[in-house]
Amino acid sequence: MPRHLLSMSDLDAAAIRTILDTATQMHEVQHREVKKIPTLRGRTIINLFFEDSTRTRSSFEIAGKWMSADTINITGKGSATSKGESLRDTVRTIDAMGVDAFVIRHGASGACHQVAGWVDAHVINAGDGTHEHPTQALLDAYTMERRLGSLEGRHVAIVGDLTHSRVLRSNLISLRRLGAAVTLVAPPTLMPSGITSWAHRDGFTVGHDLDAVLGGEGARPVDALMMLRVQKERMSGGYFPTAREYTVGYGLTRDRLARLTDLNPEIVICHPGPMNRGLEISADAADAAQSLVLDQVSAGVAVRMSVLYHLLAGADGGADAAARVPRSAWAGSAA
Amino acid sequence: MCPDTAVPPSSDQTQSSSSESTPATGEGRTVLGAGDISRALRRIAHEILEANKGADGLVLLGIPSRGVPLARRLAAIIAEVEGSAIPVGSLDITMYRDDLRRQPTRAPMPTEIPDSGVDGKVVVLVDDVLYSGRTVRAALDALADHGRPAAVRLAVLVDRGHRELPIRADHVGKNLPTSQSETVRVRLADFDDADSVTITGGVR
Repeated sequence: MPRHLLSMSDLDAAAIRTILDTATQMHEVQHREVKKIPTLRGRTIINLFFEDSTRTRSSFEIAGKWMSADTINITGKGSATSKGESLRDTVRTIDAMGVDAFVIRHGASGACHQVAGWVDAHVINAGDGTHEHPTQALLDAYTMERRLGSLEGRHVAIVGDLTHSRVLRSNLISLRRLGAAVTLVAPPTLMPSGITSWAHRDGFTVGHDLDAVLGGEGARPVDALMMLRVQKERMSGGYFPTAREYTVGYGLTRDRLARLTDLNPEIVICHPGPMNRGLEISADAADAAQSLVLDQVSAGVAVRMSVLYHLLAGADGGADAAARVPRSAWAGSAA
Repeated sequence: MCPDTAVPPSSDQTQSSSSESTPATGEGRTVLGAGDISRALRRIAHEILEANKGADGLVLLGIPSRGVPLARRLAAIIAEVEGSAIPVGSLDITMYRDDLRRQPTRAPMPTEIPDSGVDGKVVVLVDDVLYSGRTVRAALDALADHGRPAAVRLAVLVDRGHRELPIRADHVGKNLPTSQSETVRVRLADFDDADSVTITGGVR
């Protein structure tokens, strides 16, 4: 296992498999009467969130607590950063207290990568700007596998605001490593720039017509449909004329849902949340039997337990150990 | 305290997982054959029934990996003798090990507690080799997180000695005096080609 989880590309196919398999066992803890295992006793995990979050932050906190770690939440607004302290000073200050891991969400792409170079603790990326959100991709894969079986050879369509989506970038890597075929669908304004060469390099396909991809003539049947949120908070200009127009072209409406389930009753629908009901996904689709939205949330805890376990529980083993910079003498004597 | 505090390379990995230690080079000395294992299990099954005065309230939990098929075989024998099935499951101890920080993490195996639960039951833990006792210590902790059995018993196929904790087995297939430099390897048809217990290594 890598020392940090900054990008899905830190995990090869075998590591992804190990994390997903472990998550299956972790899921069992969720159904116990006493939800506590001693695995991370004495470890301290800092959830450092500079952007708002409900499910990611709470599921990381629950995951840590169920494994007996001490988890502490720090938000950007309530920390010294609001007094003007730099990110580097903030994380080094907390690191100096001897914590074991940072779970970081930040609005700037690459923030977690930088933090990893500044601290001795493990760093887990819980979403950095429009870059990556690896634990989301892991829980998406886990949830889809539980319903569909292996994703090898399956076809996943990812639809929505792709430009601003870190979930997309992490999922593209993980789905490819798990052997799934991917088609991206978005209006041209919400397609990341350079998508053509990216698609060519990584072997996925790109479309602009949702109905053609989902059920057009000769279209490859879709096994899983991942609807991504329209991220209004990251939009500075007009990416589409009106919300209504977006919904007609790219939303999972009641009509589209009906056509889809006629074609393939086994199809699964994912959404990383939070959902804009009525914009990218209709209430009927969000609450349909095919919807995995709540399964994704439930899986989030198990998958994050698995990630914390593999990053924090073992000896600092593997090739990474030799490359580590030794702790300062001060930290050493405190330990 | 911190995950990266230097830990000396583990020299005693085999202490808590004798049966999972590095694969033996060569076949080694066979101490139990398929017939011996089958007879030992049959005797243990009868001992369990005798000690419990029947099959009432019994729950068998195997410790992965090789304790699980052993528990299933014991349950099958008990069902055959008593005429009714008894609950059998598995109890993974990975998350409860005391040497987690001394080695790379391993993927946990399934824990399957029978629907009837363990509260008020007589739980028989089943493992292949009893060595340091650390696995059983971890299993007792894991079990406590699933409920409060009326009693916990321990059945093992092989007791090779060298205990590091005050733990003993209630039912033993074979006591096998070994030196710590030796490796005891249990093969079961469920995982391997056939049933056998072999000893390799050591100075003989």
